[in-house]
Amino acid sequence: MHDEAVVNMADVTVADYAANIRAYLRENMTAFKDVELDDEDNIFERGFFTSLFAMQLLHYVESTFDVEVPDDYIMLRNFSSVRRLADMVAELKRTAGE
Amino acid sequence: MSEVDPADVIARARSFAETELAPRAAEFDREERLPHDVVRRMADEGFLGASIPAKWGGLGLDPLAYGELTEVIGKACASTRALLTVHTSIVATTLLELASKRLKEKYLTALARGEKIGCFALSEENAGSDAAAVETTYTRKGDTFVLNGRKKWTSFAGIADLFLVIASDNGVTSAFVVERDMPGVETRPKSGFLGNRATHIAEVAFADVEVPAENLIAGIGAGFGFVVNTALLHGRYSIAWAGVALAQAALEEMCSYATRREQFGVKIGTQQLVQKMVADAVTNVAAARELCRRAGRFLAPRNADAAMETNIAKYFSSTIAQRATSDAVQVLGGNGCWSGYPAERLFREAKILEIIEGTSQLQQVMIADFGYKKYARKNQSQ
Repeated sequence: MHDEAVVNMADVTVADYAANIRAYLRENMTAFKDVELDDEDNIFERGFFTSLFAMQLLHYVESTFDVEVPDDYIMLRNFSSVRRLADMVAELKRTAGE
Repeated sequence: MSEVDPADVIARARSFAETELAPRAAEFDREERLPHDVVRRMADEGFLGASIPAKWGGLGLDPLAYGELTEVIGKACASTRALLTVHTSIVATTLLELASKRLKEKYLTALARGEKIGCFALSEENAGSDAAAVETTYTRKGDTFVLNGRKKWTSFAGIADLFLVIASDNGVTSAFVVERDMPGVETRPKSGFLGNRATHIAEVAFADVEVPAENLIAGIGAGFGFVVNTALLHGRYSIAWAGVALAQAALEEMCSYATRREQFGVKIGTQQLVQKMVADAVTNVAAARELCRRAGRFLAPRNADAAMETNIAKYFSSTIAQRATSDAVQVLGGNGCWSGYPAERLFREAKILEIIEGTSQLQQVMIADFGYKKYARKNQSQ
């Protein structure tokens, strides 16, 4: 029971991160494409963003979720989809003991 | 360590700039070199680590104070300001933000203290605005990466100890710190430039240079999206302030000349067409400075909008610097076209700002894209 409650809490938190990230990405997507954004979509490979946006995403993640992304996490793969971003934030929060 | 007072730093910089840089700036430009004593003094004063935290040997100025320092130095000498742009804004700040603790310990303190000089090796024959197209390669070999390639023109490569190098492995771009003394590194000085003439620009060749794996900045593949963009963000912020500096210098030149020079029996400053140029310069300098400060306020907390605010400041500032320096040449007339006055040098230096760290045309593309996203009505029926 206790374990299940913890898991649910964690899921809710990751879902919250994902919702925030999804909204941020939608807000910053090009105004000329009306496209669906799935959580698993690779936002760079699908052409929603160029890698120019990666640094902005790094600043967004650090300032919005109050985490510090370590240098060995700084690679495009970790910033390439809503899911990967949310998972990374959750992992960094866990590591920080939050 | 005692607390650094930003006002004191700016005052020291102003004194140094006015008494030692401004009187020699034309000489540096003519001789196409920044003398060692100037670089040494910039280091000894702590200016080369001005924006780096005290923990890493710097002065710890916030972006606003660092911007003001850039303006003060840049108003006196564009090439000395370029040292701040390249060494401090681009190389040291990028290491601060993205490098591993080990790499910071290895290089950042030495950079902040000016014990080592850094430069940014990005541009190549076929990779200018399209920076992701670099052809310099890296391949993994045991505990090292092996670099091969050639960088076309790299500011301060002629005197730098460390090179922040962008290279590619089949399209996967990564960034490395390379030491000048590593076997296979060669530099060849270049001259004949429109401006930034005293920035020791050199071509850099890498021939089977073995770089320790720990010299990789951030992760594999972080070269363009993170390292180049971080470097250019801070470079653009510096260039934005450089534009204010040149425009301010041009304004002072044109006002001083227009209130002194007589033609047709009157001071030329009383002519309304001259007054228009002065009024535009006064207004544009004030506007550019405020845009730079605004960008600085976004940069301080690493706000996600800092990049766009910096693009806007850089675009506007470099544009009005070109305009103000051109008008200064116009007000000075024949004297404006002669190296006996600073106006022609300011004019040449300002043109450079519209090209480096992202051309004005690239800034326009990015700013327009931002405009569509921010200002297009969501409900297009309105």
